Amino acid sequence: MRNQYQERSTVIRIIFLTVGLIFIVRLAFMQVFDGEYRRLADNQALRPITQYPGRGLIYDRNGELLVYNEAVYDLMVIPKMVKNLDTNLFCNVVGITRDEFLTRMKKAKKYSTYAASIFMKQVSKEEYGAWQNHLYKFHGFYVQQRTLRVYDKPIAAHVLGYVGEVNQSDLDNDKYYKQGDYIGKSGLEKSYEEVLRGIKGKHIMHVDVHNREIGHYMNGALDTMAIEGGNLYTTLDAELQEYAEGIMANKRGCIVAIEPATGEVLAMVSAPGYDPNLLVGRVRGKNYLKLDSDENKPMLNRALIGQYPPGSIFKVAQAMIALDLGVITPQTGFVCDKSLVGCHNHPSARSVQEAIKMSCNPYFYQVYRRIIQQGKYKNIYKDAQYGLTVWHDYMLRFGFGQKLPIDLPRGGMSSGNIPDTAFYNNKRWYGRDKWAFSTIYSNSIGQGEVTVVPLQMANLACIVANRGYYITPHLVRYFGPDSTKNEEYYEKHETGIKPAYFEIAVNGMYDVVHGAGGTAHKANIPDIDVCGKTGTAQNSGDDHSVFISFAPKNNPKIAVAVYVENARGGGGTWAAPIASLVIEKYIRGEVTRKDFERMYREAAPCQKIKKKK
Amino acid sequence: MQTKIDWVTVLLYAVILIFGWLNIYAACYDEAHAAVFDFSTLHGKEMMWIGASLVIALIITLIDPHIFSSTAYLIYFAVIGLLILTLFIGDTTNGGTSWIKIGSFKFQASEFAKFATALALAKYMSTLDLDYKQIRTKIIAWAIILFPAGIIILQHDTGSALVFASFLLPLYREGMSAKILVIGLVAVVLFVLALLMEKIWVIAIIGGLALIALFYLFVWLNKRTMKHYIWVTALFLICTAYVFSVDLAFEKVLQPHQRERIDVLLGKADKETSKTGTGYNVYQSKLAIGSGGLIGKGFLNGTITKADFVPEQETDFIFCTVGEEWGFVGSTLLILAYIALLLRLVRLAERQYSKFSRFYGYSVAGILFIHILINIGMVLGLLPVIGIPLPFFSYGGSSLMAFTILLFIFLRQDQERTNLI
Ligand SMILES: [Zn+2]
Repeated sequence: MRNQYQERSTVIRIIFLTVGLIFIVRLAFMQVFDGEYRRLADNQALRPITQYPGRGLIYDRNGELLVYNEAVYDLMVIPKMVKNLDTNLFCNVVGITRDEFLTRMKKAKKYSTYAASIFMKQVSKEEYGAWQNHLYKFHGFYVQQRTLRVYDKPIAAHVLGYVGEVNQSDLDNDKYYKQGDYIGKSGLEKSYEEVLRGIKGKHIMHVDVHNREIGHYMNGALDTMAIEGGNLYTTLDAELQEYAEGIMANKRGCIVAIEPATGEVLAMVSAPGYDPNLLVGRVRGKNYLKLDSDENKPMLNRALIGQYPPGSIFKVAQAMIALDLGVITPQTGFVCDKSLVGCHNHPSARSVQEAIKMSCNPYFYQVYRRIIQQGKYKNIYKDAQYGLTVWHDYMLRFGFGQKLPIDLPRGGMSSGNIPDTAFYNNKRWYGRDKWAFSTIYSNSIGQGEVTVVPLQMANLACIVANRGYYITPHLVRYFGPDSTKNEEYYEKHETGIKPAYFEIAVNGMYDVVHGAGGTAHKANIPDIDVCGKTGTAQNSGDDHSVFISFAPKNNPKIAVAVYVENARGGGGTWAAPIASLVIEKYIRGEVTRKDFERMYREAAPCQKIKKKK
Repeated sequence: MQTKIDWVTVLLYAVILIFGWLNIYAACYDEAHAAVFDFSTLHGKEMMWIGASLVIALIITLIDPHIFSSTAYLIYFAVIGLLILTLFIGDTTNGGTSWIKIGSFKFQASEFAKFATALALAKYMSTLDLDYKQIRTKIIAWAIILFPAGIIILQHDTGSALVFASFLLPLYREGMSAKILVIGLVAVVLFVLALLMEKIWVIAIIGGLALIALFYLFVWLNKRTMKHYIWVTALFLICTAYVFSVDLAFEKVLQPHQRERIDVLLGKADKETSKTGTGYNVYQSKLAIGSGGLIGKGFLNGTITKADFVPEQETDFIFCTVGEEWGFVGSTLLILAYIALLLRLVRLAERQYSKFSRFYGYSVAGILFIHILINIGMVLGLLPVIGIPLPFFSYGGSSLMAFTILLFIFLRQDQERTNLI
């Protein structure tokens, strides 16, 4: 009686155990087997904030800061998290119209509803400051700090290049980049991208129900710090660069100045140019279109991409090759026979040195014939093929016919053209056994099928200045956090031609500037021994004016190539005086010939480019 | 002869209490108030309540256990008085009037009504020579239960009132007909089915079951009396009528927010309501628990509970913190601790010599069980949102002290069971 129904205690125990079991099974499904809750929870409460490292700074050779950064802010949005938004207040604070708001929102939603995208780009520090107190009210919006490039002096735009948002192929090529990231698009910004960009970090912020960041998730245990980008210490001389750009301001062409002993590029000017500040920030798109559609192509770096007939400066290389081959001697003389090829009036050259000074066309016609038709084969075509191959090999050693391995993007560079047998044997040109010296003699004086890029011209001046070799022209001396020396760019490239022969070229080029009958007396600077060689390259418009030079004659400090497009008059008229100004500026620190300087600075000799119809 | 207090129960009580405090500490944690004894914080206050509860527990173990049965009705009517008083002078929060405010202290009489009713009912049911079969007995027993429950409903605290259903457990143990439980279960199942499915299908199922019953009677039992057919047919008709009246009951009897809660639970609510509307709490609760994974995010590392996404996370939704920070392992251990406590209470109740003690013991188990069932069922999204605390775990002085009194009165009786006959 006392303990009737005791068996019911078992039923009660079973009920308790069953409920416990149901809970545990339910928990197992929610917590162990279903990962969706974790994803949704992280999405809701955690916000990964990318830490963008400051991009590396760029200095000139004297430690002057050329490029640095300025903080701006991107307003980010996660469309899915936008709720209860006071649109009027939002538009007022951010300073946009309702329509604009809707358009931007639509765009963001199109990209992704749950991932963050940029709602408004590159807001200045001041603007951001004004919003800051309101921002927490706008669920789904937050701000991400970015940096923009700033240039104190508007110089060296082509060399420095510009930075822009990544495109699809950047994203595909390198997983480092995410939509909206910046990447070097041209110039040093592109070729040293991996040094400059640093390493992005990520902070995982914990946000609360009010969209406020309440701290670092797990006290920052999962956070990574951004590692600042490495700096570039360039070879440029900012003062010289600015000076050279000033002279070229109202002209079309380019200047390349190199320190011959090291291959360090002191200045590289392409005119017309542009202010690098134009391609930064929110104005970039508009300015880019404008610059891109300009018929003068201000965004092209002519010093690297322009392929020009070299004209008479080519004769220096021709002489060196012929001497080394032994087909002429330093004392070989040729009559100035204008029936072979046109020339100006001058006494016939009695030596290589005189020929260089006078720039005699028939003389180099003969020199080139001896190189091409060496008489190794009875068949004239076969003989010419042999000669051209030998000549082509020499020319490659001078750095012609190939992209010089300068530390700028290969894409923005031309190789120039030194024709080889394959070139002429091609049916679309002459075809096999259809050409010999008499067909290709224009090459002798830097016309015909030969083209070179201005960097190669400056490099030729370096080879002569160094008496037979060059160091790879380059723009960066040290880079990165440890200021690593850019060793690979200090490699010596020998032409294999005796220095003694180059002394002849040096003396010839000295006479060009200083000797009676020289073609470039305008390059003469008091107290500085300038050596140079003029060139006048014929083309469809007015002649191009060319000059390569170095100074001083012994122990040269600078080699300069100047190319002025479609300027009336030969190399001596425009390119030579401009080169002399650059040389004087660099060696003396200032130009003493003030009137001379003003005259060439103000001159605008270039024939206008006709607009394409 | 006095035996030792049941240390297994005390140990389980202590483990749950400490684990609960750790989770309250985590739920309201902020770095500025990390000190354990900071009484301006919830965890600091809870520490105080724990201290007070332990003192009460100690006092209970010192008093003569005969007092509980001799003062049962006195305590019961005193609490009823407090409940009525609450109706008049109570503080109204969230639409409910269940708190009496004394200075800065708040007191919830309904928490104490649970053990008071358990005492009174145990006292009545253990009356000598009581005939359970008599209608009068049943009426009085149910009156003891429903009187406080009714007042609590008037305070708009449906959840607490629902707890009084827990007395079905001791009543069942003492011989109440099991039919009432079966009918209750069938009613709930049909209610849910009627809301979820087309009526016609529910009736088809009932009809099918009726046919099977008829077939069973006819072929196997060979009982072909009219009485059985009438019974089966009547049951079928009653069930059908019930199914059709579900909608009406759902619309008329339940309040809109209660209807929505049920819709959310049954997955009938739209996405917006489920996530940000009425279903917000449960959605966040499920996110917190579900994201805990196997071993949890670690103490103080919860992302959802630490960021105020779950409302009432120190009180009714405290289990979220367990789920999120301690994961499947921690949650399961807590559930096992509760089940172990319940099973232990059944074992203790069964070893009582006095009917009063046994009935009271089962009442304790029943009250704790219904709290655990409804609270954890709610946070796991298995039951609709009904705001009642998790025993010994949720933040709150009244509930912790009331549960402690409830438990230790029984432990004290168990300790003296040989003297209580
Ligand atoms: Zn001549």
